[in-house]
Amino acid sequence: MTDKTNITLNINGRNHAISVESRRTLADAIREECGQTGTHIGCEHGVCGACTVLVSGEPVRSCLMFAQQAAGKEIRTVEGLARGDEMHPMQRTFMENHGLQCGFCTPGFLMLAVGVLEKEPDISDHDLVDVLSSNLCRCTGYQNIIKAVRAAAIEMRQS
Amino acid sequence: MSGARPKLVGQSIARKEDGPLLRGQGLFAADVNFPNQLHMRVVRSTYAHGRILSVDLAPALAIPGVHAAWAFADVADIPPIDFRLTKLEQLAAYRQTILAKDRVRYVGDPVAVVFADDPYLAEDAAEHVAVEIEELPVILHADGEVGEFREGLPTEPAIIRKGYGDIDAAFAAAHATVSLSLSIGRHSGVPLETRGSIGRYVASTDMLEMYGAAKVPHWNRDQIARMLGRSPASVNLFEGHVGGGFGVRGELYPEDVLVCLAAIRLGRPVKWIEDRRENLIATNHSRQQTHHIRAAIDRDGRILAIDDEFYHDQGGYMRTHAATVPDLAAAMLPGPYRVPAYRAVGHIRLTNKTPGGTYRAPGRYESTFVRERLLDAIAAKVGVDGVEIRRRNLIDKSEMPVTRALETLGTDIVLDSGDYARLLDKALDGVSWPELQAVIAQRRSDGELVGAGVAMFVEKSGLGPFDDVHITIDITGHVEVVTGAASVGQGVETVIAQICADTLGVNYDDINVIHGQTNRIARGLGAFASRVTVMTGEATRLAAVKLRDRVLAVASELLQSPAADLDIVNGLIVRSGISAGPSIKLAQIAAALAPGSTLLGNDEPGLSAEASFESKHMVYPYGVHIAVVSLARDTGAIDIERYLVAYDIGKAVNPMLVEGQIVGGVAQGIGGALYEEFTYDDRGEPLAVTFADYLMPTAREVPHIDVIISEDAPSPLNPMGLKGAGEGGTNAVGAAIAAAIDDALGQPGAITRLPVSPQMIKAMLRK
Repeated sequence: MTDKTNITLNINGRNHAISVESRRTLADAIREECGQTGTHIGCEHGVCGACTVLVSGEPVRSCLMFAQQAAGKEIRTVEGLARGDEMHPMQRTFMENHGLQCGFCTPGFLMLAVGVLEKEPDISDHDLVDVLSSNLCRCTGYQNIIKAVRAAAIEMRQS
Repeated sequence: MSGARPKLVGQSIARKEDGPLLRGQGLFAADVNFPNQLHMRVVRSTYAHGRILSVDLAPALAIPGVHAAWAFADVADIPPIDFRLTKLEQLAAYRQTILAKDRVRYVGDPVAVVFADDPYLAEDAAEHVAVEIEELPVILHADGEVGEFREGLPTEPAIIRKGYGDIDAAFAAAHATVSLSLSIGRHSGVPLETRGSIGRYVASTDMLEMYGAAKVPHWNRDQIARMLGRSPASVNLFEGHVGGGFGVRGELYPEDVLVCLAAIRLGRPVKWIEDRRENLIATNHSRQQTHHIRAAIDRDGRILAIDDEFYHDQGGYMRTHAATVPDLAAAMLPGPYRVPAYRAVGHIRLTNKTPGGTYRAPGRYESTFVRERLLDAIAAKVGVDGVEIRRRNLIDKSEMPVTRALETLGTDIVLDSGDYARLLDKALDGVSWPELQAVIAQRRSDGELVGAGVAMFVEKSGLGPFDDVHITIDITGHVEVVTGAASVGQGVETVIAQICADTLGVNYDDINVIHGQTNRIARGLGAFASRVTVMTGEATRLAAVKLRDRVLAVASELLQSPAADLDIVNGLIVRSGISAGPSIKLAQIAAALAPGSTLLGNDEPGLSAEASFESKHMVYPYGVHIAVVSLARDTGAIDIERYLVAYDIGKAVNPMLVEGQIVGGVAQGIGGALYEEFTYDDRGEPLAVTFADYLMPTAREVPHIDVIISEDAPSPLNPMGLKGAGEGGTNAVGAAIAAAIDDALGQPGAITRLPVSPQMIKAMLRK
């Protein structure tokens, strides 16, 4: 059970050479082996989406993926959204629209929304709410999250 | 004082908290790590009730990397976890020990713990602890005959009794009576972050530290110290970011004590992070009650008396809240109405389920559902609509303040201020009630099942008895506000900084607000009962007033100008109303008060001030909820088409945050009304142990929510008129949705229990 394999995880453009058991989840490897604790673990059974990261551009539940499955792939986490002091439009619109309270689910929502809008910039409002309904938030009641994502979608389309 | 200075209080400014949280730089419990730490895993009972025959730790201990494992015998010297609120002597025998002694009383009851180098390994090792339990009969219902729960101890340890007036005479003289039996399902706060705690013993200074604290760090520090036989001064608790509180997070649980004890005994930091299954079976449940309520009314439906008897399903132990939830249910039930005579009898019952505690609007979500169902039943009895029956019974603003002759949480209930009828008007205007009724009538005639419901309530907030704040300006001009409050994600830092910035005259961005750190302030009551903005907010204002006076006195000497002619604007001391002329920075004042300065005279060095705010009474915000729902004939699906909350908060420090609290609260209320329920099979096996079984609302289920923030009734109990925002969004959701469903069904009184499922709707449609 404790046999470890050496793999490289590429997170936000940086390589992390780590050694993990086969059973180690991507979420745990990102947080513990690679020290990127912005990705949060909310349920470990793929329902809440707090651990959502982008793997090769696709939003995935990192609690449902093994670290080894992500080896060599391009992984993006919340830490990679801002460029230095300048926040990603999605981060800024979350702040402006009070799209977060405790902030625990927030990284998952940010990565989910960014991942979807990068692929489908013209997604309809209805489909956007459908997408956002795949993650759970316990504080906001979602209205401000939806507002924030819509505002960011407009900015992302323009840029 | 300059009147031109822009005021932050009352403005929806962006939160101080957001930056790090949006950048992935938060520090939640699971993000805390120490070198050489061990990981704890709890072995939990798989039986709802049973006798522990044996616990064999040896197979776990034989695994390399496992450093210790304990069962009850190893922690027998640690007393049970005590009550924080609403203590009743009769309940003491039902407290929970940190590991189960000879019996288990719910599925999830901690039986043993293992400590290993790695969390995966700890989980493996926990599977190797061999626990032999003889299964015993379970008690899963809180009503019925009183039985035996523990050896020689009854299932019903105490009865809450509250009331006033002559109930029997009122019923004897009544024009009519209305009786209902109503129940509320078992659900809870379920924050997105599970619990977690990290214990660390620093031998070099003989200090015990716990990270992952929340809600009530000072109380928990004192309890951990007491339970482990240490001085409170040798224990510190540290709150990082907290991923939602809602009443359940931050209370003292067995695991918190276990990591601290282990850190001392094993000499290594010990980390425990709850998994979601544990969270759903081990963290406090709430809400489950059954009420039998009746009202005596006159010819016009005016209430002469309310008589309520209810059963509170506490679960397997009495935890830190003791009798708080049933006490609040009984004390707050009368709501915004004139109730000349009142009696509540609340039976606290133990059952073989996860123990209960408070959850956002504890006792009130329940009793508002019950009372508002009663009002709707009275309306049906006398043949008026739900709005009219409420108008006839509302307390008038001319009667304020109203003393209820009831007490709760150590305070007498005195409704401090309110214009309930006016808020009802605002809410009805907010949905264009007459037009809404016309549209509903039209849609019904077209065959749709659509209806609207109204519910009203009084909240409580700002529980004392005290809060302290200490503000310091350092020699860079940076302002630090040290509070005894706690943050559970609600925006404490923002609100306190807004109040401080306005009162002191400094920049919002120059203020840092400290909370949840027991090493920074001697005492503090934390964050519960919607208390922080009221109590910590006013303490902040008081400290800032003192500090401002101190700044101006020193500046007066330095600038050779009367203090009355000076003002502080954006951290600069200037002559009031004069743009030019000499000025001095706060940083310079702080530097001028360094130790040894001749300016000090008899004063202590440094630029700081402390203040306490004391309050014997709570403050009472109030609200109106209106729901519009439609029902699907084929599936029984319930669609909330429209939802409005009107809430009078006295004074909103940050309306954006108030609205956020209300909308988020409504979402949780919808969960309890339609989706969320902890169910059990007939052996007491919990059936909702994942997010696939315990259904929390998603973005699809929560409709757009209109919020009217009203400031008609500032509290007379604090100068800013503040009342709390935390629980008014949740309070009346069950009541309003039930009324709307009744209306859509055309069956007054149809809804008698929450949550309402599509299956229930289909059954009602078949009637």
